Amino acid sequence: MAKIEAEVGQQKGGLLKWIDDRFPFSETMKYHVTEYYASKNFNIWYVFGVLAMVVLVIQLLTGIFLTMNYKPSAEEAFASVEYIMRDVEWGWLIRYMHSTGASFFFVVVYLHMFRAMLYGSYKKPRELIWIIGMLIFFVLMAEAFAGYLLPWGQMSYWGAQVIISLFGAIPGIGESLVEIIRGDYSISDITLNRFFALHVIALPLALIGLVFVHIVALHEVGSNNPDGIEIKEHKGPDGVPLDGVAFHPYHTSKDLVAIIVFLMIFSFVLFFAPEMGGYFLEYANFEPANVKATPEHIAPVWYFTPFYAILRAVPDKLWGFILFGLSVILPVFLPWLDRARVKSIRYRGWIYKAALTLFVISFISLGWLGVQPSEGVYVLAARIFSVIYFAFFLLMPYYTTIDKTKPVPDRVV
Amino acid sequence: MKNTKSLFALMLLVAGFSATPAVAAGGGAELEKANIDPSAIPSLQRGARNYMNYCSGCHSAQYVRFNTIGKHLELSDEQLVDNLMFNADKTFETIRSAMPAAGAERWYGVAPPDLSLMARSKGADYIYTFLKSFYVQEDSPTGVNNVVMPATSMPHVLWELQGYQRAIFSEHEESDEAGNVTTTLHFEGFEQVSEGTLDAEDYDDFVRDTVNFLAYIAEPIRGERRKIGTWVIMYLIVFFIIALMLKKQIWKDVH
Repeated sequence: MAKIEAEVGQQKGGLLKWIDDRFPFSETMKYHVTEYYASKNFNIWYVFGVLAMVVLVIQLLTGIFLTMNYKPSAEEAFASVEYIMRDVEWGWLIRYMHSTGASFFFVVVYLHMFRAMLYGSYKKPRELIWIIGMLIFFVLMAEAFAGYLLPWGQMSYWGAQVIISLFGAIPGIGESLVEIIRGDYSISDITLNRFFALHVIALPLALIGLVFVHIVALHEVGSNNPDGIEIKEHKGPDGVPLDGVAFHPYHTSKDLVAIIVFLMIFSFVLFFAPEMGGYFLEYANFEPANVKATPEHIAPVWYFTPFYAILRAVPDKLWGFILFGLSVILPVFLPWLDRARVKSIRYRGWIYKAALTLFVISFISLGWLGVQPSEGVYVLAARIFSVIYFAFFLLMPYYTTIDKTKPVPDRVV
Repeated sequence: MKNTKSLFALMLLVAGFSATPAVAAGGGAELEKANIDPSAIPSLQRGARNYMNYCSGCHSAQYVRFNTIGKHLELSDEQLVDNLMFNADKTFETIRSAMPAAGAERWYGVAPPDLSLMARSKGADYIYTFLKSFYVQEDSPTGVNNVVMPATSMPHVLWELQGYQRAIFSEHEESDEAGNVTTTLHFEGFEQVSEGTLDAEDYDDFVRDTVNFLAYIAEPIRGERRKIGTWVIMYLIVFFIIALMLKKQIWKDVH
C-alpha cells in the first residue's frame, strides 16, 4: 500500500489532512471546541447562552418554512397565516414553534443578561462581549417588532401603529421619520412589505453576524464564572487552566441536558398552551387588522412591556420617548457604571445585592404594569418603579464604590 | 444549587401565565362559563348542525373546510353532503354564508363577522353568554338588545328556541365632588316574557354545543397537538435520562 501511495504522491492523514491543508478545520475545532477551556463550576445560569443559540436555530429553520407559505400583503397576510395553521401539512407545528420561539428567545436572553449582572460578566476584560450582546438585544427587539406585524391581526396593526408613532415625538424630524419608517401616511401594505424584508433578510443577517462576533470575542478572553475568577491566571504545566475543563466533551454534555430540559418546557407551551394565556399570542390578534376599529386596550407583547410602562409613566410625549430610549440603552454602559473591584455577587456587599433585588422587582413589576390600563394607582406604581430602574444604573458608580466587598479566592471553589 | 431552585421557580412562574387570561372581554355582564368539552364528538356534531342551520345564513367560516370537519367529527362525505353542505358542492369547500357581503353591510350597518376564529379572539365564555343575553327592547331596529354587547346589530336569531326575555336593570346614582349626578344602570337578571320551544336547560345545551363547535373550528388541530405533545414530552423524558447519564459519566473525573 505504502508503495502505491508514494507512487501517486498521496500523503498520510486522509480527508482531514487534505482539508486542513486548505482550511483551518482542526485548528478551529481545537480553538473553539475541544481545547476551549471554561470554568468547571458553571451553574444553571450558564446555560442560557447556548439556549439562545438553540432558539435562534429554531427561529431560522421554522422561519424558512413559514416564508414558503406566507403572503406579505395586507390583502392576504392574515388568511395565509390561517392557511398555514389549517391547510399546510404540519404548518400549525411550524407556526407555533416560531411564535413560541419568539417569546422564549426573550425569556432566555433576559435570563442570559441577568446572569451577566449576577456575576459581573460585563466587567473588564469582557466589556466588548457585553456591548456586542446589547447590540444583539437591540436587533432582536427590532426583529421581534417587525415579525409581530406580519400576521396582520388587530394587535399587529395597532401595536405597530402605537410604537411607530412614538418616533413622531422627536422635535423637527419626528413626523417625517415616522413616514420614512411606514413608507406611507399610515400603516399599510407598503409597511407590511418592508417589515417583511427586514424580518426575513436584513435583521436575521445582522443577528447571525453579531452572534458570531459575540462568540469570537468570548473565546478570545474566555468565559467568566460564578466566582468571577480569571481561570487563565492559574495554568498547569501543559498550559491548560487548572480550574477549566474543555468545552467538548464536558460543557457540551452538560449543555445537552439543559437543552433537553429547555425543550420540555418549550414543548409544554407549544403543545398545551401556545397562546400562553394571551401573552405569547394575544387574543385580539386572531381578528384581522381593521383600520376602522381601534381595540379597546392596546398592549405590546410581554417582552416589550417593561420599557412600554416607562414610556407611559411619563406625562410628556417627548420626555416619555427619551426615557423609553434611555431605559433600553442604559445597560450598555454597565461595564463603566459598575465600579466594584469584584465581579461576582458572591463577593459583593449587601448594597449591590439590595440594589439588584430592587432592580429585578421593578423590572418585573414594570413588565406587569405595561399590560395594565394606564390609570390611577398603576400610573403611580409605574413611576415609582421607573425611578428605581433608572436609579439602579445612574447611582451605580456611587453605591458600588462604597459597597464593602469580600476577598476573592485565587482559585475556583 | 440555590440558583437552580430559583430558576425553576421562575420557569414555573412563567408557565403559570398559561392559567391566567391576559384579556377580559368587555361588556356589561359577568361572563358565564361555557363548560364546553372539546373531546365530545356528539356535542361537536350537534354544534355543526346548529351552526349550519342557524348561523351560516349570515356568518361565513371562510377558513373552515367541510372535509376537515368530517375528519375530526367522524362524519362521512355522504353525511356532510346530506346534512351540512347547503350551499357547497365539494367537500373541500369552506363554509360560505348565504348572504351577499355587499348587501349585508347595507342591511345591518356592519357585515356579520366571519366566525372561523371568533372563539379564539373573544373566548368561548363570551359567545356562550352573548347568545343567552338577548333581551326585548322595542325601540331597537331588531327589537332586541344584548347585555354582553350593547347595541349589537345582530337580531335574536334563536328566539324561537329560547323565547323572549326582559332584562332587569337597577339604577344607581353617583354624585361627584362638583355635585353632578350620574346615573348608571346595573344589570340584575332576566325575566322570561314568552316561552320558546326549548326549556332553559335545553337552550343552554343547545348554545353550549354551538359554542363547542365554534371553539373547534377556531383551532381544528387542538386535539391533535395535545396528543402529539404528550408523545414529544415522553420522548424528551427518556432522552433526558440518557443525556444525564452521559453527562455524569463524562464528568466523573472532574473535582
